[in-house]
Amino acid sequence: MAQQRFVWPLISFVFVFGLWELAGRWPISLAFPPFSKTALALLRMTVDGSLPKAYLSTLQPLVIGIVLCGIAGIGFGIGMGLSRTIEWFSLPIFIILQAAPMAAIIPLITYIYGIGLTAKVLAVVVLAAPVVVMNSYKGIRNTNASLVQMCRAFLGTRRQEVVKIILPHAGALIFAGLRLGLAMGFIGIVIAELMITPTGIGDLISYHSSVADYPEMFAAIFSIIALAALAIHGLERLERKLFPPEIRGA
Amino acid sequence: MPAEAIVEVRGAGKSYDGTVEALRDVSLALPQGGLSTLLGPSGCGKTTLLKIIAGLIPPSAGEVWVKGKKVDGPGPERAFVFQDFALLPWATVLRNVAFGLELRGVTPEQRHDIARGYIEKVGLKGFETSYPHQLSGGMRQRVGLARALAVDADIILMDEPFSSVDEQTRRKFQEELLDLLKIERKTVIFVTHSIEEAAYLSDQIVLLSPRPGTVSRIIHPAIERGGKNPDEIRRDKNYLDVVDEIWQILKRYVV
Amino acid sequence: MVLFGKRVPIVFSLVIWFVVWELIGRAKLSTIVPPFSDVVAAGMTILPTEKFSAAAAISLRSFALGMALALGIGIPLGVAMARVAGVGKLLGMWVNIFVSAPISALVPILMAVIGVGEATVVVTVFLFAVFVIILDTQVGVRQADRSLVEMARCFGAAPYQIYAKILLLSALPEILAGVRLGVIRGVKGVVIGQLLIALLGVGELFELYSKNFLMEEFWALVIVVFMFAFLLSEAVAFVERRIEYYAGAR
Repeated sequence: MAQQRFVWPLISFVFVFGLWELAGRWPISLAFPPFSKTALALLRMTVDGSLPKAYLSTLQPLVIGIVLCGIAGIGFGIGMGLSRTIEWFSLPIFIILQAAPMAAIIPLITYIYGIGLTAKVLAVVVLAAPVVVMNSYKGIRNTNASLVQMCRAFLGTRRQEVVKIILPHAGALIFAGLRLGLAMGFIGIVIAELMITPTGIGDLISYHSSVADYPEMFAAIFSIIALAALAIHGLERLERKLFPPEIRGA
Repeated sequence: MPAEAIVEVRGAGKSYDGTVEALRDVSLALPQGGLSTLLGPSGCGKTTLLKIIAGLIPPSAGEVWVKGKKVDGPGPERAFVFQDFALLPWATVLRNVAFGLELRGVTPEQRHDIARGYIEKVGLKGFETSYPHQLSGGMRQRVGLARALAVDADIILMDEPFSSVDEQTRRKFQEELLDLLKIERKTVIFVTHSIEEAAYLSDQIVLLSPRPGTVSRIIHPAIERGGKNPDEIRRDKNYLDVVDEIWQILKRYVV
Repeated sequence: MVLFGKRVPIVFSLVIWFVVWELIGRAKLSTIVPPFSDVVAAGMTILPTEKFSAAAAISLRSFALGMALALGIGIPLGVAMARVAGVGKLLGMWVNIFVSAPISALVPILMAVIGVGEATVVVTVFLFAVFVIILDTQVGVRQADRSLVEMARCFGAAPYQIYAKILLLSALPEILAGVRLGVIRGVKGVVIGQLLIALLGVGELFELYSKNFLMEEFWALVIVVFMFAFLLSEAVAFVERRIEYYAGAR
């Protein structure tokens, strides 16, 4: 049975990569290389070190940005869920920001903070923060009312209510917010590097595109999407391990 | 009054948003050591009344006195058993049963000792490390009951504790509850919508009329329980009369 | 928030933020924050201009076309994935990957293959919106009430009737949730696509304003675009709530 689990993903990979190969060989466009050439380019770029080097400068702002969101964003979201006053002041803003195309701010960030690390970190934070804050807030506000009442009936203080009931209950949603924030962070870092800074994976994509090295460009894009998918999948696995659905108490 | 009243409700009323009136002018005296049932159709405010006694909901009129003190919130002499169990899904049976003591700052060794005793009393020995999702509905409510017993309150307030439990489990549980209460000597206030359950368990039955809830009648079933087994009680003439008497009153409220 | 014994509606907190914004602008704390009143004035002057209406028209057209494609392909595909086991298994993994992958990284590919024009933005919108629509449709159809389907069968419903009268209607709340998320992502897609191309629609305006440091105009445009995104998602949410009202009896 263990082998069975891998059969469909395998067929699925073969199906999509096969279509890609056919489309590239046909070709649908001169700028559309087949899968095999892209894979070779990916191998080449990994071996010659250009890809690992690019990732070093791409992942640094991403990690810093997500950690910042994790601390400040979750903290603020929890505050918003616990305090009616903070909620009153900030909920409408975050509801709008969550629906808004925050990427529009990125050009402004460039022209203030230049093209350095700060600008990239800000791009990640601006895109990731709304969903991190809103998820933490929702996690706190969705607390099972009956559990809170139970805590009060057994003479729990407000502090105990928050520490022993509300926070453990909100844990799963808060963590899911971090995962969604990471997905937004990847979008932010890619836009930032494509638009602003000629460094990292974005530079690799723009450079190879400008000199018409399409297999290399595809390989760079393929790698960032694969990395994002793996990172998010990893967080999802961790989430299910830390907060199995049956003990979440939704 | 068969015994001294431990809980007194004086003219209690509750309305929500000033418009929906759930309870009106309810006055009751509940005897110490007895099992009193609040019985009525859905929407008669019986759960509201129980939560007012628990101190979880403030009344909009009147007051509640427990052991000579006016209620202005939950207190250590009252423990609550919830209709939906209200167990922490991320905590084991042991921690759930000990949770009331944990909130009071009892040390882990002490509270786990006490909890183990009550887990055994409610028949869950061996399930200490299980999680609520691994238990059946009936077993979960045993955890809820053990938690209420563990804090050693004089009064146990039970809000339709068996309504999410199947009929067989429910009967078994009722019989065990009576046995347990004989030993533990608690005052129990019990909310239910089951006529048979009220007649079978209670020393005193408070019938509530629907919307707004008012006391419609108070019945003291004179069922001789001494020495009889549960099946004999369920065939007892007095028991059947009480069931019929209640039904004659309540069927007026059913549309 | 309660002031002088009266409950103040939460939207009024936005007014306070606008006042704070005005004060910061008046105090000249930062060159990127002009007073809010100046932003509104700038908005009044740019809104009637031909340049703005042309940009808005292009952006709206790309958005509408991309969303139409996403709905037209996403919903049937979601239904197929839920009802045909093979399709679900073949594509499920890819939908899951791309629903949270940085689609923004694909824009350079689109620019290379399709060209630097409106079509690229249309496809960007489509890619941003389609995956979440597929995913939610699939979830909705899978969760459709079995007993309703059995009831329809018992009364002799033909397969197409089961789809039209039971499955799609039963899945409507989830489909609409997917559409709302798709709309939000679609707006982000328009902005990101046009920003990366930098020659089209509102993306071009954002670039233009921030490059020439026209902060009043820049913020006015941000407010217009954010409000558009918010109102559009609220409009879908309104329909969603109506449907949920009917679905309440499920």
